[in-house]
Amino acid sequence: MSERLEVLKTYKLYVGGKFPRSESGRVYAVTDSKGRTLANAPRGSRKDARDAVVAARKAFPGWSGATAYNRGQILYRIAEMLEGRREQFATEVAAAEGINRTKALAAVDAAVDRWVWYAGWTDKLAQVAGGANPVAGPFANWSTPEPTGVVAVIASQRSSLLGLTSAVAPVIATGNTAVVLAAGASALPALSFAEVLAVSDLPGGVVNILTGHPAEIAPTLASHQDVNAIDLTGVAPDAGVASARDLEIAAADNLKRVLRPGAKEPDWTADPGTARMLAFTEIRTVWHPTGH
Amino acid sequence: MGNPFEYAPAPESRAIVDIAPAYGLFIDGAFAEATDGGRLKTVNPATEEVLAEIAVGGEADVDRAVKAARKAFKSWSALPGAQRAKYLFRIARLIQEHARELAVLESIDNGKPIRESRDVDIPLVAAHFFHYAGWADKLAHAGFGPDPRPIGVAGQVIPWNFPLLMLAWKVAPALAGGNTVVLKPAETTPLTALRFAEICVEAGLPNGVVNIVTGAGETGRALIAHPDVDKVAFTGSTAVGKEIARTIAGTRKRVTLELGGKAANIVYDDAAIDSAVDGIVEGIFFNGGQVCCAGSRLLVQESVADELLASLTRRIKTLRVGDPLDKNTDVGAINSAAQLSRIQELVAAGEAEGAERWSLAGELPGKGFWFPPTVFTGVTQAHRIARDEIFGPVLTVQTFRTPAEAVEKANNTAYGLSAGVWTEKGAKALWTAQRLRAGVVWTNTFNKFDPASPFGGYKESGFGREGGRHGLEAYLDV
Repeated sequence: MSERLEVLKTYKLYVGGKFPRSESGRVYAVTDSKGRTLANAPRGSRKDARDAVVAARKAFPGWSGATAYNRGQILYRIAEMLEGRREQFATEVAAAEGINRTKALAAVDAAVDRWVWYAGWTDKLAQVAGGANPVAGPFANWSTPEPTGVVAVIASQRSSLLGLTSAVAPVIATGNTAVVLAAGASALPALSFAEVLAVSDLPGGVVNILTGHPAEIAPTLASHQDVNAIDLTGVAPDAGVASARDLEIAAADNLKRVLRPGAKEPDWTADPGTARMLAFTEIRTVWHPTGH
Repeated sequence: MGNPFEYAPAPESRAIVDIAPAYGLFIDGAFAEATDGGRLKTVNPATEEVLAEIAVGGEADVDRAVKAARKAFKSWSALPGAQRAKYLFRIARLIQEHARELAVLESIDNGKPIRESRDVDIPLVAAHFFHYAGWADKLAHAGFGPDPRPIGVAGQVIPWNFPLLMLAWKVAPALAGGNTVVLKPAETTPLTALRFAEICVEAGLPNGVVNIVTGAGETGRALIAHPDVDKVAFTGSTAVGKEIARTIAGTRKRVTLELGGKAANIVYDDAAIDSAVDGIVEGIFFNGGQVCCAGSRLLVQESVADELLASLTRRIKTLRVGDPLDKNTDVGAINSAAQLSRIQELVAAGEAEGAERWSLAGELPGKGFWFPPTVFTGVTQAHRIARDEIFGPVLTVQTFRTPAEAVEKANNTAYGLSAGVWTEKGAKALWTAQRLRAGVVWTNTFNKFDPASPFGGYKESGFGREGGRHGLEAYLDV
């Protein structure tokens, strides 16, 4: 009896709710921590990045205009769909990060729980971060946090699912849309995660996931005039990757909001607080006279 | 026979103000000359009279000031919040006691009408110190966690349009949070900041907590680039804001930027026309339009455009342009020759590109820097005057047919600082406000400010907020 031949997966980009190959036709081999090839990932191009920004911009009015309750429902749905695939992701995360199955499962569970946590934030941030302002005059005056727009996320290259979740969830919980660049070990779980998003009622284009070489794609996102903010958390300080400094300089051209990388990889298991949500929101204050 | 209703001159006396012939830098609680002896002159823009000579701080001076602020930070940040609060309350009271003097000094150095400096700027300055004084011992209640910490030494660079008010917006929350500051006022309007330094001494503020380094662009650059500055706060042009963002790239410096604007003032056909006209005038002619959030783009619904413009023109004809110290003056001088030529250049571009210009007739003073209230009709989205920040008393008028078109046009700019909406329908006002990508939206009012109300921009108008709880966050490590 012959042994069953394994069906290998072809990983594809996730742009505008669809799964295209890179327009460049290129792929690159993604390896595990021991240097063994896991699979090929599409090597996204600058054009793919621009297409993803167009998709994110197109999705922005609908997503930012959705009710917070609706956004919360969808974020919770992401958690539900991820939970159902925890075995698959444990396998992928273990391979990508070179960790054992127990640790990988813990990371997947933490990612699921984080989606639940952010699902609960969608209709609370305005109350916590906004406010009624007691101005000295006959005016009603209130402030609310509003999404900043299209956010580019250079995702953690190490924490393939929990790091990705921790960066993407706060961006979309607040009504922004995202273009995510996953690279290194995180690439394959990120592309599989796109399949979770695709079946979670998340409108196409709200999250777009690219893989490829950060040195090629990150500068395009940082200098793109229709990107409003950039999260540089996943920018590795080592050579071969466009440094955070250069990306910050490029981002200054249209005064993008920049979330800088920390001195070291964040502790993704720690309580994330509201900082990442606030980094990608604008406070809008409305004045209206009172009287009759 | 002349107009029997003509106003008689009503000048505010400037005798209350003592201007020294020369000022040094205020570092570590004392005034000192610039290391290299550099000086510049500050002039009264309404008369071109030289008011005083000001020291130009160089890199060595900035370094001394930052060192003084660093040294003071240790004890200032360790002081109980209630003690810091009392210093700020003292400063607020001293500003109130010197209110008339400060208002006159501000109008002399800046060229803005005394009516504005007396009734708007200085009361708001005092209010900001009073507001943030109360925060100093309540930081744990500000919503940023139980133990928010100060950031450190703040390097602050402010513009010339609201010299003392911008100082208050920056200094008050910084000190309340336990930070120390080095502030660079604008080179054309340093006098009230220097007077404020004396008020700090009068209040007994510990040495080095507030340092004022005067000078121009180079001084500001040195301050922002100084490696021991932890927090950068800037209000000014978008171009300089971008330069600052590049300068601090790759560092750990925290930053807030309050930059330019090109605010739309949207007037729907159901607006109360008289109120809207007053709001438009307030929006674009307050401080001669030298306001980052000025309502410089009027978007009026087509069906009421003729009626509104007739009423607006009639109203503008009542504006009095001239002596800033005259209590009946509505529009004062342009702050500098450089700013006047920028306004002139953009207005010429508006004419060259085919927009129709109307300016308030009447003689302007022979000396000083002046520009009459001006309205452009026949303006399209592509015109430079509809896109570039003019920072002067120049209004562009465009029309729209539907609310969606109004929102589209209002948002169609790189800026996103402020906007106005005029309609008697509450639902429509709120619908519009929700869709405007601007940090401040005034509905049925314009250009209102309050220390309890956060202010700041979207998009290329910068980031961070000043005012209220949100403004405090910019000076806290949370």
